[in-house]
Amino acid sequence: MNELVFFVNKVLIAGSVIGSIYALGAVGVTLVFGILRFAHFAHGDLMTVGAFAALIAAGGLHAFDVSTPLPAGFVALPAAMAATALFAIGVDRLFYRPLRNLGARPIVLVMASIGVTLMLQGLVRLFAGTAPRNFFTVERKDIFRIDLPFELASRPIIVTEPQVLLVLVTAAAVVALHYFLTRSRLGKAMRAMSDNADLARISGIDTELVARATWIIAGGLAAAGGALLSLDVTLKPDLSFSLLLPIFAAAIVGGVGQPYGAIAGGFLVGFVETLSVFNWSVLLRPLAPMLPETFEVPAKLAFVPPEYKIVVPFFILVAVLVWRPTGIFRGRVL
Amino acid sequence: MLLEAANLCAGYGEMNILDGVSLALEAGEIGVVIGPNGAGKSTALKALFGLLRVSEGSIRLDGANITNAAPESLVRRGMSYVPQERNVFETLSVEENLEMGAFVRRDDYRRLIDRVYGLFPPLEDKRRQPAGELSGGQRQMVAMGRALMVEPRLLLLDEPTAGLSPLFMSQIFEQITAINAAGVGVLMVEQNARQALGIAHRGFVLASGRNRFTDTGPNLLADPEVARSFLGG
Repeated sequence: MNELVFFVNKVLIAGSVIGSIYALGAVGVTLVFGILRFAHFAHGDLMTVGAFAALIAAGGLHAFDVSTPLPAGFVALPAAMAATALFAIGVDRLFYRPLRNLGARPIVLVMASIGVTLMLQGLVRLFAGTAPRNFFTVERKDIFRIDLPFELASRPIIVTEPQVLLVLVTAAAVVALHYFLTRSRLGKAMRAMSDNADLARISGIDTELVARATWIIAGGLAAAGGALLSLDVTLKPDLSFSLLLPIFAAAIVGGVGQPYGAIAGGFLVGFVETLSVFNWSVLLRPLAPMLPETFEVPAKLAFVPPEYKIVVPFFILVAVLVWRPTGIFRGRVL
Repeated sequence: MLLEAANLCAGYGEMNILDGVSLALEAGEIGVVIGPNGAGKSTALKALFGLLRVSEGSIRLDGANITNAAPESLVRRGMSYVPQERNVFETLSVEENLEMGAFVRRDDYRRLIDRVYGLFPPLEDKRRQPAGELSGGQRQMVAMGRALMVEPRLLLLDEPTAGLSPLFMSQIFEQITAINAAGVGVLMVEQNARQALGIAHRGFVLASGRNRFTDTGPNLLADPEVARSFLGG
């Protein structure tokens, strides 16, 4: 039983947590690609910006001795999301919109976004250094230990408060995004522009308004993902780099331009990652008596050693591009 | 004059496709542009709608100069355009397509949606279906319905019957006449020259980017030279 609890902790919970982060990032990547037609390589940096915005806002709450029932970093989340949305619009104004207005080809915008990611990573290091930062210097991080009512299960299921909040926020974001895209005028216009940008312009749809809405949603969700990940572990200033590959893998697996696909892709990549670094010996050991004697359960039996975890999304990415370039939900081919 | 385009020169890059084309239409009329492939018919519509840079000449809508105005602003001025291809949002439902046509409106456009359903009855049953799943004729209805949502004074149609069966073709022509009867000026490019000129108040025959003949529809149909060169005898 304890082995199963271990599996729940290491795979189900860890997978949902990292899957939520990837989903929040991948939705933005896929929306920007569908509507503005370029792969936005600086998307991870929006997540870093969001995390820092939450850290600063939480610091502000602590400075004024505001005590909050939930972690200050979480209470500060709406402010961080709004700040990051504005930041994303600002980056668009400065770098992407001028190129768009010149009629630049998508590859030029991709290159511009690589420039933006290098610049932002440099700025973050310049002002914030490289050391990880902790949201929980003043407060205590609540950790829930759920004891199971079985005699054989002596170990508890462990979730932290930020993990619970993260999964709840992701679920709420998915529902809100669904209603926005299918019920609101602006949401429908976003889908229309993603479907056929020329016809959207011909129909009189304000394409700059749609672009702004896209950055608000992409920036807000990226901020939520970055801030909640940093609340769960620590805020690593090089966050963007390690997240970029998995969120692109998730967007492509889901079908580029398909928001629901990106969410599914995020969880898929998250679970494949946790499953592939999971030590399967833990589950095999209790079954040892049933296994043939010649088979000795090794001490460690994972598909991939944890330090090579980054290879997993990369492998998924290559595999999807080779075997099903349109992704699960039939998106565009990059 | 509802539309007055004089001596338009326009093209893609350095190459000029229109070499001094003039088109004019009174309010409430149907104008039909015909001519051989490559004559610049579709290019002329694109130039009118601001999708191509006009290098020479001028376009007036109700007397106001709209040369090289952006498509969005033309929609607000009461002009709408239905391209020949990719003219519906395939992943959006029929009704969402119509709503997108009304994007510039701030008022309640429900009555307009009902009017489009009245004009194109097959669409009402398919309102929740993605436009990409419809037949060619129904897609054309969605495309025209979308363009009608701004209550245009001038509707530009690029080969509305291209690729349709003869049955659907006649149906589309009837619907265009009905749209026109409601007071909407229509300027269309057509391959089915005879049928189109039959409903046209004004006909324009283009060849190599220039006007060859301009007259009323019936007069062009009766002209032996037009018949020989452009209507296939």
